[in-house]
Amino acid sequence: MFLRKSASKYRLTRPGPTPRTHWAARAATGIASLLLALILNAMPTAIRGAYADDSLYQALGQKQGIIEIVNDLYDSVLADPRLRPYFVDAPQKRIRQKLSEQICVLAGGPCQYTGRSMDETHRGLGIDRPAFNALVEDLQLVMDKHHVPYHQQNELLAKLAPMYRVIIEK
Amino acid sequence: MRQSNVSDTFYRLAGMAICVLACAAPAYGQAAADGSIADSMPPSSLSGGRLLLTQGVSSIEGAAGGGLTPWALISGYDTANQVGGSVFDTYIKTQDYSLNTYGVALGLGNRVEFSLAKEAFDTRQIGALLGLGAGYTLTQDIVGAKVRLFGDAVLDQDSWLPQVAAGIQFKHNENGAVLAAIGAKSNSGTDFYLSATKLLLDQSLLFNTTLRLTKANQYGLLGFGGDNSNSYHPEFEGSLAYLLSKKLAVGVEYRSKPNNLSFAREQNAYDAFVAWTLNKHVSLTVAYVQLGDIATIKNQYGYYVSAQIGF
Repeated sequence: MFLRKSASKYRLTRPGPTPRTHWAARAATGIASLLLALILNAMPTAIRGAYADDSLYQALGQKQGIIEIVNDLYDSVLADPRLRPYFVDAPQKRIRQKLSEQICVLAGGPCQYTGRSMDETHRGLGIDRPAFNALVEDLQLVMDKHHVPYHQQNELLAKLAPMYRVIIEK
Repeated sequence: MRQSNVSDTFYRLAGMAICVLACAAPAYGQAAADGSIADSMPPSSLSGGRLLLTQGVSSIEGAAGGGLTPWALISGYDTANQVGGSVFDTYIKTQDYSLNTYGVALGLGNRVEFSLAKEAFDTRQIGALLGLGAGYTLTQDIVGAKVRLFGDAVLDQDSWLPQVAAGIQFKHNENGAVLAAIGAKSNSGTDFYLSATKLLLDQSLLFNTTLRLTKANQYGLLGFGGDNSNSYHPEFEGSLAYLLSKKLAVGVEYRSKPNNLSFAREQNAYDAFVAWTLNKHVSLTVAYVQLGDIATIKNQYGYYVSAQIGF
């Protein structure tokens, strides 16, 4: 009973339909915000692209810094029960060297990668996603220790992440 | 009444704080006691395939996402056991209303997500004005499912291809008689949505766009369909987040909504948020929300607090 009463009272005090926003207008607003986000996002890349970009290489401490990071990383994975089985019997010296080269190249440094392809080196190891992620975790910790700024860490991870396609097997 | 609202807010915030502390303490304790790398991970780490802050939080409707909108990410993805999820409690308070929503989401194998949420919309003093009685509360249950169609928002860093998911939300409002009185056509409805989420890790940016087909009035809290329109409307939702550090992200969100009821116009919703992660399991989000007019009361804005515990 009171419901009907309240509703009628309501209509009396707030009469008339309000204008509807056309769905196309809302779509346009949505698309416009997305475009703005894309433009804002692309800007730093565009600016950076104008120069030969070795800022990541510098942030990692150049060749020497990268070698130290990779050495610490290898020590970390040997101490990490999730990763030790994959690394303990591997050719440690070679991996430390090739990984340093690879990171140096990815970071835009003046290096050359002389190792085999990622596909080749990881084939048959049965690496799963938790192991892949565990390595990323350890790398983040080591980069923290070496005072690599967070956003530069993300830049390096962005270059490494797509390798999951050839590294993860299950 | 005012007094009880204040104390209600206080107890809710206190409860959240206790809950967060209780959950965080054992995690830190264990890490300290164990000391191994695996257990002393900072909150920043990739957790089951995602950088922690990039896994999003719990949206008000239960699905993993931003605060106001679902994302294409699957809740609690933990590859170690293929099953993960999270529980959450979110409290929003504007000048004249409050909304509490809590729920759970469960993710299976980074493919499927199921979620449950219960929303309670307290009309507070406005309830009396509307003839419903002060503190009249409308409640809604939401059952959601989401399927990841393709893409990996976090790992596919060499392409522009986002992670895309399709989702469905079944909503049932328990206050049918009131909804009929205000002109809503139904007290239950189904939303369909498509979400695309992309993390640009080298920019520390994450964005999401969601296209939703819905008849819901104010998310369904005021029912579904109305005297203006009773057909599905395509609505656009967007989130943009910037990762400041391993523990902190800031961002903004947008959500458009239909305008089905003649008695009260409905406007788009916006928020600006800060998400803070304490460790792998616990995160807190606070936001400023701008929700527009709600049930004839103009320009509702206020705060949003949310606690989430992942498992």
